[in-house]
Amino acid sequence: MMIRSIALAAAAGCALATALPVSASAQESIYVPLFTYRTGAFAGSGIPIANGMSDYLNMLNERDGGIGGVKLLIEECETGYDTKKGVECYEQVKGKKPVITSPYSTGITLQLIPKASVDKIPMLSMAYGLSASADGNVFPWIFNPPATYWDGASAFIKHVAEKEGGLDKLKGKKFGLVHLDAPYGKEPIPLLENLAKEFGFELKLYPVPAAEMQNQSALWLGVRRDRPDWIYLQGWGAMNPTAVKEAAKINYPMEKLVGVWWAGGDDDARGGGAEAKGYKSLNFHAAGANFPVIQDIQKHVIDKGKSQVDKAKVGENLYNRGVYNSMLIAEAIRNAQKITGKKVVTGEDVRRGMESLEITEARLKEIGMEGFAAPVKVSCSDHNGHHKVYVAVWDGSKWTKGSDWMEPMKDKVRPLLEAAAKDYAEKNAGWPKRTEACDKSS
Amino acid sequence: MFYRETGQYKTSYAADMAVFPILQDRIGVGLMLLVAAVGIPLFATLFPATGNFFLQVIMIPFLIFALAAIGLNILTGYTGLISLGTGAFMGVGAFACYKLTTIFPGVNIIVWILASGFFSCAVGVVFGLPSLRIKGFYLAVATLAAQFFLQWCFVRVPWLFNYNASGAIEVPERTLFGVALTGANATAMTRYFVVLAIVVGLTWIASNLIHGRIGRSWMAVRDMDIAAQLMGIKLLPAKLLAFAVSSFYCGVAGAMMVFFWYATGAEPEVFSIRQSFFILSMIIIGGLGSLIGSYFGAALIYIMPILLGWLADVSGLPIGAATIEHLRVMLTGVLIIFFLIVEPHGLARLWQIGKQKLRIWPFPY
Amino acid sequence: MDILYKIFIDPFVQMGGAPDLLVQTLWEGLVGGVLYALIALGFVLIFKASGVFNFAQGIMMVFAALTLVGLYEKGVPAFLALLLTIGVMYALALGIERMVLRPLVNQPDIILFMATFGLTFVLVGLGELIFGGEPKQMITEQLWLPKGAIDIKMLGGLVSLQKIDIAAAVIASIMVAGLAVFFQSTRIGRALRAVADDHQAALSVGISLNQIWVIVWFTAGIVALATGIMWGARSDVSFALEIIALKALPVLILGGFTSIPGAIVGGLIIGIGEKLGEFYWGPLLGNGIESWLAYFIALAFLLFRPQGLFGEKIIERI
Repeated sequence: MMIRSIALAAAAGCALATALPVSASAQESIYVPLFTYRTGAFAGSGIPIANGMSDYLNMLNERDGGIGGVKLLIEECETGYDTKKGVECYEQVKGKKPVITSPYSTGITLQLIPKASVDKIPMLSMAYGLSASADGNVFPWIFNPPATYWDGASAFIKHVAEKEGGLDKLKGKKFGLVHLDAPYGKEPIPLLENLAKEFGFELKLYPVPAAEMQNQSALWLGVRRDRPDWIYLQGWGAMNPTAVKEAAKINYPMEKLVGVWWAGGDDDARGGGAEAKGYKSLNFHAAGANFPVIQDIQKHVIDKGKSQVDKAKVGENLYNRGVYNSMLIAEAIRNAQKITGKKVVTGEDVRRGMESLEITEARLKEIGMEGFAAPVKVSCSDHNGHHKVYVAVWDGSKWTKGSDWMEPMKDKVRPLLEAAAKDYAEKNAGWPKRTEACDKSS
Repeated sequence: MFYRETGQYKTSYAADMAVFPILQDRIGVGLMLLVAAVGIPLFATLFPATGNFFLQVIMIPFLIFALAAIGLNILTGYTGLISLGTGAFMGVGAFACYKLTTIFPGVNIIVWILASGFFSCAVGVVFGLPSLRIKGFYLAVATLAAQFFLQWCFVRVPWLFNYNASGAIEVPERTLFGVALTGANATAMTRYFVVLAIVVGLTWIASNLIHGRIGRSWMAVRDMDIAAQLMGIKLLPAKLLAFAVSSFYCGVAGAMMVFFWYATGAEPEVFSIRQSFFILSMIIIGGLGSLIGSYFGAALIYIMPILLGWLADVSGLPIGAATIEHLRVMLTGVLIIFFLIVEPHGLARLWQIGKQKLRIWPFPY
Repeated sequence: MDILYKIFIDPFVQMGGAPDLLVQTLWEGLVGGVLYALIALGFVLIFKASGVFNFAQGIMMVFAALTLVGLYEKGVPAFLALLLTIGVMYALALGIERMVLRPLVNQPDIILFMATFGLTFVLVGLGELIFGGEPKQMITEQLWLPKGAIDIKMLGGLVSLQKIDIAAAVIASIMVAGLAVFFQSTRIGRALRAVADDHQAALSVGISLNQIWVIVWFTAGIVALATGIMWGARSDVSFALEIIALKALPVLILGGFTSIPGAIVGGLIIGIGEKLGEFYWGPLLGNGIESWLAYFIALAFLLFRPQGLFGEKIIERI
């Protein structure tokens, strides 16, 4: 028995060793893994993003034959928003020489941040993850353009000031932060507290435990009691539609409820029905399908049946977010090809490409994204850019633009951010000093 | 044929009461240890890419979950107290270890991993107090209070995560003789060896506890606590000790999960109620009241979905990642039910039956 | 002193100061409690008749609601979809009885519990496979459920009652009453009670256990469907809803696993208790204490009555 079982185990082991496809099949292709989640409690937000991400890259393959003539090898790995599976996904793709990873989960991002520099795989956590990782001097391998949560919160304050008639009018006002009771949700608190001190407003916190995402009535009763003048919603998944519904229930004025960009899904607002009209959400790209880039995706990917997306949902806000995310990846790869002169680039090249990324208005027009997003510029010290955002308004059936593009309060965010990055490096004794050289911006 | 015990005479009581009374069993255990300590690392060095994946994704978490399962098995399988707070107790271990190693960075991390178990031990005893009055599923739900309360603490008490902006445990790099044990620079191999050593050591201790007086008293309490009380077993100490030992194991497993598996950082979310159910399903599938069952259960519940996903990958079926995931979830459920129907007492019982059959082979009985 | 004031005096001052908010909180608690009670009812039905602690009750709720909405989205008229969903729940009950319960008959409780755990996985996978993981809008209007709110001016303020919540309370009461009648005065109901009392005795007088199990699981499926519609209307229909079902557990231990009145009273105590606690005492701890408060309330009751408020007295013999 023993012998047989050992033989069996050995056979299984060999099968495993030969069959696990870890070979570097990167002769003439660039491997871009996408961590997505189409299952689990957060699938509602995950599915449109996943569709947008893979559709844009597929479109590049179909239309242009990849980037710079090199095909992209796109592979989705299902994380289910679960850190355990995130580890599995990362180990699975690591051997195949990915040029960049985008984990799409705060938990997985935090877990992978220290690994990026060791494994030489840059990580794009687009407007999520650790705000402090915007400091390129401490986190050379992590990129989180176009804006951090702190930028978002400061943009919210700016928007309020605009509506109330100036920053000095904020004094004595009461602001509520309805947030998921998890690291992601708590992220804007330090910045808002700082700003509260500076501008003299009061900040009330309304945490929503993950288990109570769809059971928020007590919290909104608290809102009704405290009557905050404005509410900022830092929610995710099923928490958002419930919050919008509950706000409608207590007759909270919708135009004073502003969500972070992750609270801006079409499904989030649609759940509120007619009452949700006027609900606002920050955004850094446009919603809608009236852009050449989306038309191209329609033509080259969706019409050919190569996408999983429901046709009616093309151009929805989170779908476009996925497209935007992939655009950043593609532009970084293109830039890396330009800097290095190589066609098949590696993770190290893409890190350089990302670091000297500059997407101008002209470039946006070229890739069919005129008016879709604001220009993006990343530098060696600033891996975020703190770019402009705008306030989108739900008109009852779709997201519309509700304000001009506005700069976040970079001067307030940046010092806090550098302090946080320093703190991170200090607490993680032995955190590597940046050794990567800095490329000039392209 | 290979498993014949003819001619093995016991000449002392000690030999008769040994944990592995049969020579073949001892050889078997030795071989298994040999494979774990030499074979697998060798395999990992020969095929570095696959090996790394194998260690990091399969072996390390398998061992850690097996340890947590042993912990829960002591409570549920041996003492008959159902707990749904395993995830939280693991969390207590992880956070305790994080606090300890950041306050006293000079002391070796392995010491703190083991020490953190005592913190979760203390918390476990507090939440074990109602067990004297509440029984069965009622107690299970009472331990949920521990689960949700502790989870709330992990998020809400910033002191626990050192006021990090990320709100998570950020694992600092710790070394032993200059070799990184935690952090991004620690290789899967080093971490595997540390985990293996701790898990094997603690399993050995658990085995001795269970086969001794304490274990017998636990089992007596499990089978009928009033009868046990009449026989002179003090219920409160016995039950609380079970809670303490169980939480110790879970705490160590939790600390190892964050420090030696994730190795870089973890959100409090990983200690959610799902983790508790995950471990509970391991011990039920593996076999209640069996140490080897804890290993079987961990293998089945944790590794099987990975294998299923991998099979789908290899088969090259043209289905999306999401569909594979749905099928994988479904199949996991089907297999759980299937194994329960085949052998309700868990894989450990199947193993026993298999051994029994081999002993008398080629005769049917 | 200050802290004592905040714990023991201040909340009551607040209650007196704004009685309209107190009434509103009580109302929210009541509605929440009714919905918890409905989920708990599903548990109790199954536990009574087959001794199974049905972990899958939460996912059954999601699955039922998802089937309803999914069918509607595929073009089936709303009420036909409702009928079809009931049909699906019956098929599910039949399947569970055949594939899970029958082979596992007479096994220890924990094994059956584990089997329902496996069932959860199956239903999650199946639901996602068929209907996808996107959240869906509950079709309240199509099912003629009322919308909007009734605002009552009282106690110097405003109390707003959502019509859908009123409907939930009414439907829940009707269901409970219907179940009570069903249990008390029909043949099947009496057979059910007989099975609950003693399986073997019931078998010996010619009651078919298998048939009873199908009926019980089917009833639980209908209760799950009703709950799913109500919760779905409050937020949306997605797999995250499954977590809510865990809230039925403190209700269960409070009310006792085998008592239908217990489930209802327990649901109300938990619902109102946690809303009051969160609203008046929550701010002391920075809010968001709802996730564990219910368990502590239940635990406190349990220390005095280990079998729950209405549970059968535990008699232990050597």
